[in-house]
Amino acid sequence: MVGIISYGAYIPRYRIKVEEIARVWGANGTEISRGLGVFEKALPDMDEDTITISVEAARAAMARRVINPADIGAVYVGSESHPYAVKPTAVTVGEAIGATPVMTAADYEFACKAGTAAIQTSMGLVKSGMVTYSVAVGADVAQGEPGDALEYTAAAGGAAMIIGNDDPIAEINHTCSFTTDTPDFWRRENKPYPRHGGRFTGEPAYFKHVIGASKMMLEKMGTKPSDYTYAVFHQPNGKFPVQAASMLGFTMEQIKPGLAVTYLGNTYSGASMVGLSAVLDIAKPGDRIFMTSYGSGSGSDSFDITVTDVINSDLFNRDAAPSVSALLADKKIVDYAVYAKHKGKVVMME
Amino acid sequence: MSVARFWRKQQNRYNLIGTRCTTCGKYFYPPRGFCPDCRREGKIVDHQFKGTGKVVTYSIIRSSSGNFKLLTPYVLAIIELDEGTRLTSHLVCDIDQVYIGMPVRRVFRKLGEDGSSGAIFYGTKFVPA
Ligand SMILES: [Zn+2]
Ligand SMILES: [Zn+2]
Repeated sequence: MVGIISYGAYIPRYRIKVEEIARVWGANGTEISRGLGVFEKALPDMDEDTITISVEAARAAMARRVINPADIGAVYVGSESHPYAVKPTAVTVGEAIGATPVMTAADYEFACKAGTAAIQTSMGLVKSGMVTYSVAVGADVAQGEPGDALEYTAAAGGAAMIIGNDDPIAEINHTCSFTTDTPDFWRRENKPYPRHGGRFTGEPAYFKHVIGASKMMLEKMGTKPSDYTYAVFHQPNGKFPVQAASMLGFTMEQIKPGLAVTYLGNTYSGASMVGLSAVLDIAKPGDRIFMTSYGSGSGSDSFDITVTDVINSDLFNRDAAPSVSALLADKKIVDYAVYAKHKGKVVMME
Repeated sequence: MSVARFWRKQQNRYNLIGTRCTTCGKYFYPPRGFCPDCRREGKIVDHQFKGTGKVVTYSIIRSSSGNFKLLTPYVLAIIELDEGTRLTSHLVCDIDQVYIGMPVRRVFRKLGEDGSSGAIFYGTKFVPA
């Protein structure tokens, strides 16, 4: 059955505290942190971007399992911060894991759900027999305009899932999506920062789609929230996923292991996939995982996943790559000046 | 650097592909097409290095130009790969963290770019293991 053959996550080492960002803008950091449910966010090193994060995540997935790179028939990378406007991130990932040249590749964009869209495409290719393995990456070096609300959470990180048919560590029982044209958040061509519809981002956007896709999934599978061991929801902040979970009837115990946002921030296309990686880091055979992503614009992809015995077998070596909690623990806190330099906000003469 | 010149060495830079002389067992990175010891008897094949090694020596660069200006201060190190060949690389770590003999591993990083509208070059750097 189609499923996850291996997975890997990557988070850059640098962090800035939400309080430090608030200090620069004369805002109340403690209040903002508590309001968002986010205390720190990850930022890239000077020489890191969506391509390097995608490669590191994909290599982590390759390290956990013996996979012949020649059997990888597709690489898809979802992001809203591809370094090139024209020239795919996916080809560099393919080259860096040795999967080129006999493969197809493309980049995806769908705000924060481009990574789960890549998982769905990969599932289609695998199920139809077109490829043996397909790599789906969700990664971002998220941009928030200095002083804008998004700046407190826009973070860097990503995860990769290798999708295939034979002996998956987790079977994907079903996926379904809920999509509409909703102008809650956008970035125009050639503009460095996105804009958002303020309060409009909640009810008609995040909640409508996350709840919509999740309810469809529960109905289709004939399941109830208590049938799942874990649940992962897109996490633009620490509050929305908790609210969505309680609206659907999931408990805090079910969502806590996959709630990476608190000390990571919103990694956009990486967000729900890093959350899923954190759950796979601790999952046992038989555990059932519910996941729903969200991308502004807007859409949600829902997944029903069951962990198999393979996760504990000789075929798979979870310890061959760092867990999300290990990646979060290996950190260096910086101040706003260093953050500005890292994010390219210091303008140099060319 | 020209786009074509970089692209020709892309596999070497991305995946640490070097060469090995099967006659005497010596490894080469950057790759060599000719073994200086075995000369005409040498048989050279491609070899992908594991990407682990240790610091042989290093220096701390405090002032630099172009692509490296924003990276200062940074560590430039001579690294001996476990297979036994040496290369010079940017070592990504705090400058007070590095020491001779420090175990390191490869990472994938941006090496530079040709201005804000030119090509971006990627490849291998090292971090503490
Ligand atoms: Zn978003
Ligand atoms: Zn030789």
